[in-house]
Order: sequence, then C-alpha cells, then structure tokens
Amino acid sequence: MMNMGRNGVVSNRRWKSESGIDLCPSDSVVEAHVLAVDDSLIDRKVIERLLKTTSCKVTAVDSGMRALQYLGLVDDQRSSVVDGLKVDLIITDYCMPGMTGYELLKKIKESSTFKETPVVIMSSENVLTRIDRCLEEGAEDFILKPVKLSDVKRLKNYISKDDRSNGRESGVNKRKERDGCDLSSESQSPPLSRSPSSESSSSSLSSSSQSLPFISPSTSLSPSEPLDLLSTPSSPSGPLDCATPSSPSPEPYGPLDSPTRRLKMTVPDQLGSTS
Amino acid sequence: MDIVQLRQRHYIDFMKSMHIENYLDDQFTQLQKLADESSPDFVYEVVTLFFQDSEKLIDNLSKALEQPVVDFSQVANHAHQFKGSSSSIGAHRVKNQCVKFRAYCEENNLEGCLNCLQELQQEYIVLKSKFEYLFELEQEILKNGGTIPTMD
Repeated sequence: MMNMGRNGVVSNRRWKSESGIDLCPSDSVVEAHVLAVDDSLIDRKVIERLLKTTSCKVTAVDSGMRALQYLGLVDDQRSSVVDGLKVDLIITDYCMPGMTGYELLKKIKESSTFKETPVVIMSSENVLTRIDRCLEEGAEDFILKPVKLSDVKRLKNYISKDDRSNGRESGVNKRKERDGCDLSSESQSPPLSRSPSSESSSSSLSSSSQSLPFISPSTSLSPSEPLDLLSTPSSPSGPLDCATPSSPSPEPYGPLDSPTRRLKMTVPDQLGSTS
Repeated sequence: MDIVQLRQRHYIDFMKSMHIENYLDDQFTQLQKLADESSPDFVYEVVTLFFQDSEKLIDNLSKALEQPVVDFSQVANHAHQFKGSSSSIGAHRVKNQCVKFRAYCEENNLEGCLNCLQELQQEYIVLKSKFEYLFELEQEILKNGGTIPTMD
C-alpha cells in the first residue's frame, strides 16, 4: 500500500524530490507542516513568515519543552489530542534557555513517534563542533542565522512531496505506537517503505530495524514502561551557555551553502537564489 | 512631479542611505521581500516587535551592569539575544555594537561594557527614529494613493 506513488528513483527521503524547485506543486494537496522552535519572538515571526512564503503550515513554539509537549512526548501530557499529529519538519534554534536545540534534537531522535521526522538546527554561531554534534545526532541540516529565503527553500528538500501526498507515517504521532514496545518495529529505512501493518508487530523486541550507530540503546529496553524522555540528564547548561562566542570566524559559506550541504547533498542545487 | 512621486523618490533615497550607512543590511531586504498581500504589514510588525524587544534588552543590560557584583555571563546573554534579534531584521550597526559588547563581557571589562552600552543605546535610538521616519513616509505615500517602492 505504501508503494503507491513511489517513483523508482526516490528511495531516500533526503533526495531532492522532482519538484524540489517547485515550491507550490500543483498536485500536492497537503501542505507541509513545520514545527518551529525558537525562544526569540522576532525570530519566530521571521521564520514563520519565511515558511509560509514557501507554502508550509507553521506551528511556532518558544521552547524545547513546549515543542515536546506539542509533539506529545512529555509523559504526563500524552493525550488523544496529539493523535494523528503530522509534523513534516522540525526546525529549532540551537541556543535556547532550559533545553537547547541539541537536547531537543536528541529527545526527538529518541522518540518512537518522531525520530524519522527531519530536524534542522539554526544557530547564529558558526561553530564546527556544534554543527558536527548535531549532525551526528541525526540533524538533517544546520542553518546559520539570520535565516534567509534561500535557506528555507532548501528545507523543502527534506520534506519529500511523495511523503506528504501519500499521508506517510513518519512524523505522524499514533497513539498505538506510544504504548508498548514498538520501537524495534520502526524501520530505519525511509518512510515510503514502511507499511501500516508494521505497527501490529509491536510486541516483538527482536530488532527488525537496520541498526545505525547512534540509536540509543536505552530505547529498546523497558517494554512495559513508556519511555521517559525527560529524565535523561542533559549536560549542564546555563541560561545560554551556548552563547559564548568561540570563533569570530568569517562565514565561509555563501547563501546557497550550508555547512552540511556539501556533505549531504549529492545533487547540485538548482535553485538560483539571488540573496 | 506630484506629491506621491516626490515621496516615493525620497523613500527610495532614504532607504538607500540607510543601507549605504550600514544601518540596514541585506537581511532587511530579505524581510521586505516577504511582505505580500496576505501580510502587507509584515515588516512594520517585525520592526515594532524589535523596538519592544530592544528596549527591554537595553533595560536588562543597564540593570545587570548596575549590580554591585556584575554577572558578566548574564550580561553576555542579553547581548547575545540582542545580537540575534538585530541580526534577524538586518539592523547592522546595532548588531555590530552587540558583538563588541560581548567581547567586553568576555574580558569582564565593566568600563568597556558601560561605554558600549551607551553606544548601543545611541545606535538604537538613531535606528528607531529612522524607521519611524520611514514608516511615516510610507503612510504619506499610501494616503496619497501611491504604492511603496520596492527596493532591489
């Protein structure tokens, strides 16, 4: 069933879809839904506008905690309200008081429901170690602030058109998946290859997923208890520990480049941005 | 030349000068491109938010520097936030002041911070008055039936 609509070439959601340049594909009925996380009101307003300009639905929250609440990943907040919540992309600021974007990224990647959802980190600091850390944790991309239209256009690459119009399941929070040990049934392969029947094999602990080096081992244990995503002690961070300027390095990247583009994208970008 | 054309010409010149003098940078032009029929007042709204935010931050910075024992990391946090917001709207000179500010914080240099705060306030005041003037010009143009020129 999930093979429907799949074209032979696109087997990786990271590939630019054929309509990568077409920001408002006429045959796409469903708008992408992006969750934006930033403690700065101004930045939230700007990113919201940027995303809406590229025809995305946007939900903007002001902290990592609120993001987790929205995604239904906070223990006592789990409710039917988040059933069927579809989030196609999460974009978060790195430097936030309380929970940093990195910590939020980790929690998302540890969750069963949203670990397949692409997460992009934004930061005003071009710190290579920071970028590496985020990529290692599974972030799709790292955007240097201030965010421009060309950056946001590039984000569409992480939201495959096929995924959206087929009502794919990654990024969809289903109540069923949150109960019991379903983590192993989640394939690490791209969403298109997942079939709805995979959720029914939730009782099996044997891993049917491709193993990737950075899957947290703790997620495959404790079959009867919900994964407590808040108890993981994060590295001690002050209000804005990440704000210390470590490198006043010049930004070597042009508007179409991101620190990760050259690592991840094999297809040359065809978007002729003038910014 | 009628009044609308005069105002439009003046608007363009004024906007250009703000760029040339680095009060604004390319990021502001980006924001202008985002305004459209569904969000015609986008720039005005963001800039207004920026004013509110900035005044709060300047107040926080002053208070933090008035403490008997100055917590420079807290001061740096405020400066970092200010740097972020000014950078997001393209307020170039204000942003540069914030960068300087943070450098003084790293050195725990109280005098440097205090001087920087004064300069920062000054930059902010000038920028704000320029924006207010710009918005007035816009209103005049619109009131007289003209359209706001788009800057390339």
